[in-house]
Amino acid sequence: MRYHDTIKRLAAAGVAALALGAAPAGADEFTKADLEKWRKEFMAVVAEGEKLFHSGKLGGNSVSCDMCHPNGANTHPETYPKFQKQLGQVATLRQMINWCIENPLEGKPLPLDDPRMIALEAYITYERRGVPLEPGKH
Amino acid sequence: MSQSKITRRSFLKRAGAAAAAAAAPMSLVEIAWGKSDARNFTFAYISDSHLTQIKGAKFVSNFDKGLKRAIAEVNFMYPKPDFVVFGGDLAQLGKRAEIDHGLELMSALRAPVKWVVGEHDFYLDMGEYWADKVSPLRYSFDHKGVHFVVLNSILTYEDWIRKWKTPEERMLAMARLDNPQGSPFIVGDEQLRWLRKDLAKVSSDTPVVVLSHSPLYKVFKPWNFWTDDAEKVQAELKRFRKVTVIHGHVHQVLYNQIGNISFYAMMSTAWPWPYPVSYTQAPNAVPKLTVFMNRADPHSERDGTGWGWLDLDSGRVNMHYELWENTPRTVRFDAAKGHPADTVYQDPAKRIPPQEHY
Ligand code: HEC
Ligand SMILES: [Fe+2]
Ligand SMILES: [Fe+2]
Repeated sequence: MRYHDTIKRLAAAGVAALALGAAPAGADEFTKADLEKWRKEFMAVVAEGEKLFHSGKLGGNSVSCDMCHPNGANTHPETYPKFQKQLGQVATLRQMINWCIENPLEGKPLPLDDPRMIALEAYITYERRGVPLEPGKH
Repeated sequence: MSQSKITRRSFLKRAGAAAAAAAAPMSLVEIAWGKSDARNFTFAYISDSHLTQIKGAKFVSNFDKGLKRAIAEVNFMYPKPDFVVFGGDLAQLGKRAEIDHGLELMSALRAPVKWVVGEHDFYLDMGEYWADKVSPLRYSFDHKGVHFVVLNSILTYEDWIRKWKTPEERMLAMARLDNPQGSPFIVGDEQLRWLRKDLAKVSSDTPVVVLSHSPLYKVFKPWNFWTDDAEKVQAELKRFRKVTVIHGHVHQVLYNQIGNISFYAMMSTAWPWPYPVSYTQAPNAVPKLTVFMNRADPHSERDGTGWGWLDLDSGRVNMHYELWENTPRTVRFDAAKGHPADTVYQDPAKRIPPQEHY
């Protein structure tokens, strides 16, 4: 019993010591390689979004987003959330993306957490990088 | 939006032709002509209908509706326009079915049509069907003392044309406006020689109107609001006193003055395009002169689309933009200032919030 306790305590201490040593790397320190990896992950989703944005298959009538929004222009992601008078409420970018899928594209709306929705949002927002946030601006 | 719906246009739709005549006065002011014998007249301009085949006889109804509405309204014009220019991009992917569908709709027009070819009509078969069924790709004609030249300004470089595996692939690549693998439009040296020869017989005081699909100047290369050899065309036009270029392709109100040449763009009947200023990742040369059209409301299919009619007044163009769901706009050549000017909004103090694009 005692023997086991000791071992356990020692082991716990050892783990703690190890954990202490490793803590900075696991929590709030990251390497250049990490940054690169995350950037790559993000850009892969942007690329997926770019594909969907230019695809005639996202909606129901072969129309694609880029036909009216080349390079995602005129989508103003920096202004969301904002009041959309036709929706009669303060809406998010994803609701407006769905609105355009349902209307000019005559398609079915995506679930708001659908990976395709996230990809579209990533592409649209990436094309607008560097523009200051202006929530609520019409 | 609901306010501006009660415009002359929707009135026109409900009223008969007689009422339409009263509601749409054509401002044909007679002016002393000098040496040229040009007379005043009116023509209409419909552009960029982008009829899109979904499958078989099924087409995108939004875009069909735009073209049909423009045709119906042109047919209501009184006095009748002398002719109607179609500014190109009748089809979306250059398919025969799309061009045939366009010809069928356009056959309802009760005025002769002068056709300009757009890239969406061209890059599937390099203009073969168009030349066969619709119109020559470039030509000129004289009308009431004005010399008109129609150019095929959407040609491009040979190596780009040859780099695609199939005609469909090439068409899709050209149809995508923001394609980084795109290629700039050119008029080309062969056509420039033809232009020089055509203009040789025209005196410098004859008003000249050039009809092209792409703007014959450089606005924004990433979206092909651009003609690569535009300066060469401009040089051929330099000796004329009154020169106007009218083009489609950009789907927006756009006008400019470069030297002796006034430029006007036409609306699309299908959808509006953003001004390049709203794409912040690349510099643009959108003319400072242009007062922007109102930002479109996507909840209204026809907002930001329309057609136009033009009077040739003393050899200069008065451009009337018929903007569905929006107050119509008139841009006319201001002789004192020497450039086109919006008759209401040119003064920045007079502009309204929807004209602000960002
Ligand atoms: C037939 C043309 C057309 C198509 C196709 C289209 N849109 Fe739109 N959309 C518009 C217009 C016009 C606006 C209003 C632009 C403005 O505010 O100036 C708009 C607005 C938007 C907005 C809101 C912009 C703002 O300022 O609040 C978003 C987001 C958007 N579209 C996303 C999309 C997406 C994603 C697609 C493809 C699923 C798409 N659109 C397809 C015409 C279109
Ligand atoms: Fe077009
Ligand atoms: Fe075009």
